[in-house]
Parts: sequence; C-alpha cells; structure tokens
Amino acid sequence: MKMSMKGIAINTFKESARNKMFYLLVFFGILFALSSKLISFLTLGDAMKVLKDTGLAAVNFFCVLIAIFTGINLVYKEIEKKTIFNILSKPVSRDQFIIGKFLGLALTMLTALAAMAGIFFLFVWMSGGGFDLKIILYFFMLFLELLVIVAISLLFSSFTTPILSFIFTVSLYLIGHIMWTFNEFKTVLRVPFWKHFVQGLYYLLPNLDKFNIKNEVVLNTAFNPWTILFSVLYALAYILALLAVTILIFRRREFQ
Amino acid sequence: MKALEIKDLKKTFRSNFLFKKYRILKGIQLSVEKGEIYGFLGPNGAGKTTTIKCVLGLLFPDQGEILIDGQPAHSVTARRRIGFLPENPYFYDYLSARELLFFSASLFNLPAAIVRDRVAALIHQVGLSGYEDLKLRKFSKGMIQRLGLAQALIHDPDLLILDEPFSGLDPIGRKDLRTLILSLREQGKTIFFSSHILQDVEMMVDRVGIILNGAIRREGKLSELISRSIQYYEIVCANIAEKELAKIQPNFVCRDDQFFITLASDADINLVVESIIHNGGRIAAVNPVKMTLEDIFFNEMQPHRPATTAGGADGARTSRSEGAGRDNQ
Repeated sequence: MKMSMKGIAINTFKESARNKMFYLLVFFGILFALSSKLISFLTLGDAMKVLKDTGLAAVNFFCVLIAIFTGINLVYKEIEKKTIFNILSKPVSRDQFIIGKFLGLALTMLTALAAMAGIFFLFVWMSGGGFDLKIILYFFMLFLELLVIVAISLLFSSFTTPILSFIFTVSLYLIGHIMWTFNEFKTVLRVPFWKHFVQGLYYLLPNLDKFNIKNEVVLNTAFNPWTILFSVLYALAYILALLAVTILIFRRREFQ
Repeated sequence: MKALEIKDLKKTFRSNFLFKKYRILKGIQLSVEKGEIYGFLGPNGAGKTTTIKCVLGLLFPDQGEILIDGQPAHSVTARRRIGFLPENPYFYDYLSARELLFFSASLFNLPAAIVRDRVAALIHQVGLSGYEDLKLRKFSKGMIQRLGLAQALIHDPDLLILDEPFSGLDPIGRKDLRTLILSLREQGKTIFFSSHILQDVEMMVDRVGIILNGAIRREGKLSELISRSIQYYEIVCANIAEKELAKIQPNFVCRDDQFFITLASDADINLVVESIIHNGGRIAAVNPVKMTLEDIFFNEMQPHRPATTAGGADGARTSRSEGAGRDNQ
C-alpha cells in the first residue's frame, strides 16, 4: 500500500476512534448484547438460542449504525471544513484519498466489531455456551455487509450532504434486506419492460440478505460453503464497483 | 526556469440553479522567479484564491497553462515541490501538532528518521515548542497559522504558496510571520502569497501582481513600481504668514504650525523655497513623495470601485499622504 493511502487510512481510523459517538454506539451495542441474558430469562424455550439471537441482533444493529454514521460524515466533513485542501494539495491523487478513506473506515468497523464480538463471546461462555465457529463466520459475513454499507455511505458523502447521504444509505440498507421481494414482484408483472426494470434493479441494488446467516447460526443448521464463497465474491465485486463510481465522481469534483 | 508560471488562466463558475456563468478568471498571466517573494494582491473577490486553487488542482481551469519549475502543476513531481498554507486553515482538531506533522509527512513517503528530525526542527522554527502534544482544538488562531506553515514546510518544498497568511493575525503574529517568511527566502525558498494587507506586502515582497476582476492589472518589481512613480513634491515650512505664503504658492495646508506645500513637479522648488526664505520663513523639509504600494493599488482599483465607496477612496487618499509624510520624516 502506498504510504499516502496508509496515512489517510490511519488518520481516518483515528478520527472515528476519537469520536465520542463511536464509543457511545459500541457501548450500547455491548449493553444490548448483554441485555439478551435478561430477555432469555423472560422467554420460554432454549435460553442459549434466545441469548445468541438477541445478542447477535444487537451487535448487528449497532455496527450498522456506526457504519452509516461514520461513513456519511467523514468525506463530507473533510470538504466542509476544508481539511481536504491540505491533503489534495500534496502529491495525493483523489483515487488514493477515497481508497485511504475506505480502508480507514474498514479498520474502524473491524475494531468496533471485534470489541462487540469479543464481549459477546465472553458472555456466551460465561452463560455456559461453548465457542462456536459458526458465530465467527457470522461476524465475518457481518463485516462484509458493513464494508458494503461503508462503501455506499462513502459514495453518497462524496457528492451530497450528510442528511441526504443518511436517507439514501438507510433506504438502500432497508431495500437490501428485502431484495427477495423483487423476485416475487417480477413474477406478478405482465409488461416485459417493467419485468426487465425490476430485474435490473434486483441486480443493481445491494442484496444485503446474502450476508445474513443468523438463522443457520442460531438454529445450528448446515451451511452451503459455495453460498458463502459466492457472498464473499459478491461483496468484493460490489465494493469495488462502488469505490470505482465514487472515484469517478470525486475525480470530477471541484473544491471551491 | 520560473518557479511558477501561469499563462492565460481562465475559469468560469456556474450558479446552481439557472446555470448562469460567472467569469472569475479572465486570462491570468504571471510568473514568479526562483528565490523571490511574490505578493499577489487584490481585493476580496478579485480571484486570488481561485487562481491558487487552480494551481493546486483543487479547481480545474477552463483554459490556460500552469507550470511549476517547468512541470505541469497537476503532476506529482510538481506537487512535491509545493508547500501550501490555505486561508483560515483548519486542521483535524483531534490531533496534536506533532501528530498533524507526522500525518502530513506520511503523504510524502518520507523516511521515518528524516520525518522525526524535521518535525522537531519545524516545531521549534515556528515557535510551537512546548505545545507539540496539545490537541489542536486548544490552539489559538496564531498558533494554527504557525502550524499551518510548519505542515507546508514538512517536505522542504522549493515553492511556498500562502493564501492570505496574515489574515486574522494580531500585530505580533504578523511580525513573527514576516520574519519567518523572510528567513525562508534566505534559505532559497520561493514564496508566493496572496494578501490584501498592503503594509505587510510592502515590507516583504520582491515583486507584486495586482489582480482585479479576474485579470492581472499590474505586475513587476516592487522597487520599480514604486520608484517610477514620484507622486508630488512637498515643502514643509514655518515662521511665515499665511497671507504671504498664499501669494507664493496657494496649494498648501496648515498643520501643527507648519505649512505643507504641494508641488506637482520639481521645476518650481527653487523658486518657492527662495521666496519663502526671502519672506522670513524657515524651510523644515523638501520631500519627493513617492507612490506607495497602497497608492498603486488604489489607483488600479479606482475605475472598478462602486460610487458608494467614494468616501472610502477619499479616506484612502488622506491616509496615503500621511503615510508618505511619515515615510519621509
């Protein structure tokens, strides 16, 4: 990695990690994961299943919040506060700036996820559960999803305001989890144009459900390794495509 | 080879809604010699910052060529030669001064040992010793400006581009910055800076370019621009009755028991001086009043100034005379 990209990535990580919001969300993520113990007391059935179910959901929710909030703000803040002048006036290309920002955000997400996952594992162990490799896989898939979300928020923050970036990113996140409805919707459409249009959207929009393997983890059912591999490749391709579009937009952008 | 050369630089902005065009730069042409301090003068909105942003690749020119040491300004080689201090600089306030300098150095791929030495030397040079580990959110404006200069110097650039470096600084901060800039010239650096604080410019620069409405109106060595232009001659005298003096030369003002006579040329000096002495008067001084940079600047600006600011122009004229008098005393 070029030193300049590494410098930007580390600085981006420092910026996120020194933000109070980051700690607040990590804290609440851990708090909610721990509160799953309480919920498991209040529900009937397999207490460990409920604990894992609610605990993983809490980690997922707060990691997604961190990804969106840090992603939409970082580039916008650089432009708004004009700190970007100091970077782009040096021998740093705009491509390097975007990739550096993305890598810094990825490092931030990895840290947040590792902190929450660590506490979660400790908690499961203290509650009498064993070390489950499937949960590691779950966190790995969640990490891929977070990278896609970060890349989406980075794309929007490169040309619009944080509020619009937030609306767009959250919308895509929600749509990304109901992509299966597009396939069903397609079957009821009669006009070929609209069929193709919905089909196009299905391929264009991020299918974030591909990274959701919570049911397999909680119910302890078998994975299809090819599905996992496909999801990994899908995430990489989608992130690369998003970064390429972000870079193309950013290359044309002027800083007044 | 020139340190910086700008040829026929044009830039247009469009409004967001009606896409109306605004021509901001109308063919800027200027050159900066190696090792000199170049003052880029102009009122607010003249196009100074836009020109600088085009040089740095933050804005894309519509037309024109920008060369740094003969290389196109957008090339990585050219960018390595530039150190830039933006107007009202803002740096990451969660970093300390030392961290910011290390971050800036990381963008140049400099070896770690060199960076360590340079960071320590620069912190000392800009007078921030003792504050290197303080978070920037606790820095004053003057300290931020000093740090801005340090980050611009981190890679030991040949050319320093400073956008309004004196803006917002108190007199002590301005003096310190002037001393620092002059010491950088002694080290062989080329300094290009924009400003509208004429006093600072006049005290430092070798050459100036005056930009108005997106075009360079005058450019040249400060010594030539000023020495070429003797504005008028002034005779200061006393011990003479006002009526007598009015007979000799009606164009004078009285201040603090002294008369200040203004002569358009040197042709009548002898005659006026002899007449005053003949009438019992005493000559205190005879001064050729040269144009100051401020005079040149306001003369260039005059046709472009709105009528509502005419009073301001008169005020400027008064201060000009006073400034000139001060220079000659």
